[in-house]
Amino acid sequence: MSDHPTSPSSFPSNPSGAAKNSLLKLDARTKKRNASEARFKAYGVGAIALGLFFLVALLTSIIGNGTPAFKQTFITIPIELTESKLDKSGVRDIDVMKKVTTFGYKPLVQSALVASLQEHGIENPFKKAADLGKLLSSSAPAQVRDVVLANPELIGQTIEFRLLAGSRVDGYFKGRVDRDALARDKNLDAEHLDIADAMVTAGLIDTKFNADFIFGADASESRPEQAGIGVSMVGSLFMMIVVLCLALPIGVAASIYLEEFAPQNKWTDLIEVNISNLAAVPSIVFGILGLAVFIQFAHLPQSAPLVGGLVLTLMTLPTIIISTRASLKAVPPSIRDAALGIGASKMQSVFHHVLPLAMPGILTGTIIGLAQALGETAPLLLIGMVGFIASNMPDGIASGFLDPNSAMPAQIYEWAKRADPAYYERAWGGIIILLGFLMTMNIIAVILRRRFERRW
Amino acid sequence: MNDMRIVKRDVDMNDIKISAKDVQVYYGDTHAIKDVNVEIKDKTVTAFIGPSGCGKSTFLRCLNRMNDTIDICRVTGKIEIEGEDIYDKRVDPVQLRAKVGMVFQKPNPFPKSIYDNIAYGPRIHGLARSKADLDDIVEKSLRRGAIWNEVKDRLHAPGTGLSGGQQQRLCIARAIATEPEVLLMDEPCSALDPIATAQVEELIDELRENFSVVIVTHSMQQAARVSQKTAFFHLGNLVEYGETGQIFTNPQDPRTESYITGRIG
Repeated sequence: MSDHPTSPSSFPSNPSGAAKNSLLKLDARTKKRNASEARFKAYGVGAIALGLFFLVALLTSIIGNGTPAFKQTFITIPIELTESKLDKSGVRDIDVMKKVTTFGYKPLVQSALVASLQEHGIENPFKKAADLGKLLSSSAPAQVRDVVLANPELIGQTIEFRLLAGSRVDGYFKGRVDRDALARDKNLDAEHLDIADAMVTAGLIDTKFNADFIFGADASESRPEQAGIGVSMVGSLFMMIVVLCLALPIGVAASIYLEEFAPQNKWTDLIEVNISNLAAVPSIVFGILGLAVFIQFAHLPQSAPLVGGLVLTLMTLPTIIISTRASLKAVPPSIRDAALGIGASKMQSVFHHVLPLAMPGILTGTIIGLAQALGETAPLLLIGMVGFIASNMPDGIASGFLDPNSAMPAQIYEWAKRADPAYYERAWGGIIILLGFLMTMNIIAVILRRRFERRW
Repeated sequence: MNDMRIVKRDVDMNDIKISAKDVQVYYGDTHAIKDVNVEIKDKTVTAFIGPSGCGKSTFLRCLNRMNDTIDICRVTGKIEIEGEDIYDKRVDPVQLRAKVGMVFQKPNPFPKSIYDNIAYGPRIHGLARSKADLDDIVEKSLRRGAIWNEVKDRLHAPGTGLSGGQQQRLCIARAIATEPEVLLMDEPCSALDPIATAQVEELIDELRENFSVVIVTHSMQQAARVSQKTAFFHLGNLVEYGETGQIFTNPQDPRTESYITGRIG
C-alpha cells in the first residue's frame, strides 16, 4: 500500500525541524495517504458510473427494441358471413359448422378485403384476391372462424372484423420493413405497401396496443404477428407455485433444523459445505438431474410445469437455505436465552421469537430465489419446456401443472432463435414483461421486508 | 477440596433449596468448574463473586441447565433442588426452567409489547385461565418488578423502547411472572447506571421474601449490599462460602482475602 513508508530512512528523522509539528502544514505521509484515499474514491465512483452506463444502455436497448411488440397493426374490414359457405345445412349445429375449416373461410375474408378496397376507391393492381390477401395475417380466417363458431347467429350478416395484418405489413408501419427489402421477399410486393398506405388514409389500417401479446398464446413460426407470451406466463406461474410450495417450507425447515437443533459435528459440517456448493452448481446440471429423475425414472409428463417447478425447486433450495440460515444467525442469541430462561421449549423459542425476527431475511431470500428461478432457462431446456409451442391455455388447475407448457424465459429464447425478424422484436418485448415481473417481485420483497422488520 | 470451609449455620436442612455435590463442568477439554459443593438456602439472596473467568456464571447456568444449549459443555456431579436431581434423565430442562427463572447480564426483552413480554411465560405454561387472569398476572409481576408505575400507561408499547434500567426490571418481572421458586441473576446490573442499579438492588431485596435468589456479580459492594450469603469462586473452585458479613470482614481463606482487598482479580 502506498501509505507505508517506502524506505525506513524516511521514518525516524525529519530534517525540516521548524515545520515538524505544525498542524497547518500537511506532512508528506498525510499527503500520500490523502492521495491514495482520493484515488480509491475515484475508482469507486468510476465503477458505479460504468455500471450505471451499462444499465442505462441495457434498458434503452430493451425498451427501444421491445416496445414495438406491444403494438400491432390491424386491418378493419366488414365481412359478409355467407350462409351457403359457412353453414349449408342452415341448422346452426356447431358440430356441423366445425367441418368448415379455415380454408373455407379464407376466400370470404379475401373477397371482403377486395370489396372494401373498391368501396374506398383504392386501386388494386392484383388480379387474384389471394395475392391481395397477403396483407392479412394467415391467422385471419381462423380469427373469423372462431368468432362465427362462438356466435352462430351472426351467419348471414355482415360484420366488421378487426383482423391482424401480416407481419411484414406490421413491420412496415413499425419501420422494420422497407421497400428495398421487399425486392428480395417473395411474400409481399411494393404494391402491397402502396395499398397499405392508402388503407391507412382510408382508416382501414391502424396500429394499436396489442393485449394479445401479453395474454395470448404462442403461434407457429410463420405467424409472428399472432404470437403472445400469455400461455407461457401461465406456465411460469404454475412453476412458481410449485417452487414456492416446496422450496419455502423445505428450505426453512432445513435451515431451522441445521441452525437451531442440529449438533455441530462432522456430518453437519459436511451438509453445510454441500449446501454451499449446491448453490454454485450450474443450473443445467439440475436440468439433467430433473430429466433423469423426474421424467425418465418417475415418468412425470415432459414439458410440464410440475417437472419444471420441481427442477427449479432443487435449484432454489440452496439459495433459500443459505439466506434463511444467515438471517437466523443474525438474531441475537440473547433472545433465545430469554425465551429458554423462562421455560420455553427450544421449538417455542424458535417459532415464537427467533423466526419472526428472521422473517424479513427469509422472505427476501425466498423472493430472490424465486426471481432467479423465474428467469432460469437452461434446466427447462432439458425437460422439454423450451421449443414447445405453448398454443393453448391450460383447462384447469390440474392441467396447468401437468399439461405441456412453456415458461417465459423459454418462450423468449424460442422466439429469439426463430428466423423471422418479427420474432426478434417479440423476444425483446417478452424480456420487458419478464423484467416487469422480476421488478414486481423485488418490490414485494422490499415491502415485506419493511413490514416485518422489527428493531430490538 | 481442602480450602472450602462451609461455615456452621444454625438452619435445619429443610431450608436448603439447592444443593450441589461434586459438580464438575467441562467445556470441551477445559475443566471449568472443579468439585463445587454448595447449599443454597431458600428465601435468601446468595451472591457469587470472583474474578472474571472464575466459573461463577458457568455454575449459575448449571442451576437451570442453560448450559445444555452449549454443545461442548458437560456437567457431572449432582445438583438437587428440594432433593430432586435436576440432571436426572427424567428431568425435562424446560420444566426445570419454569421453576428456576433467570435474568441475564444484558437486558433482553422480546421485541414485543411490554404486556406480551410479561404474558409470554404464563401463556406457554398455561398459568392463566382467562384474559382477566392474564391481566392480573401481568400487573402483579410488573408491580413486583417495581416497574408498574412507569409502564402502566403504555403496556402495549414495545418493551425494547424502555431505558436500560427499565428493561432490566421488565426482564426481572418477566422472570417472576411464571412463579419460579428460584431466581438466577447473571450480573443483572452490569449494564446499568448507578440509579438503575440501586432500583434493581432494592428490588432484589424485596424478591427475597418470595424467592431464593442467586446473583452473580462483579461488584463486591453489591454483593455486600444485597446478599446474605456469599460464595467466592476462583479458577473454577469454590474457595469460600458463608455469611456475607463474615466473608467480607473475616475471610477464612487467604485467596478470598486477597480478592476482597483487591490484590487478585
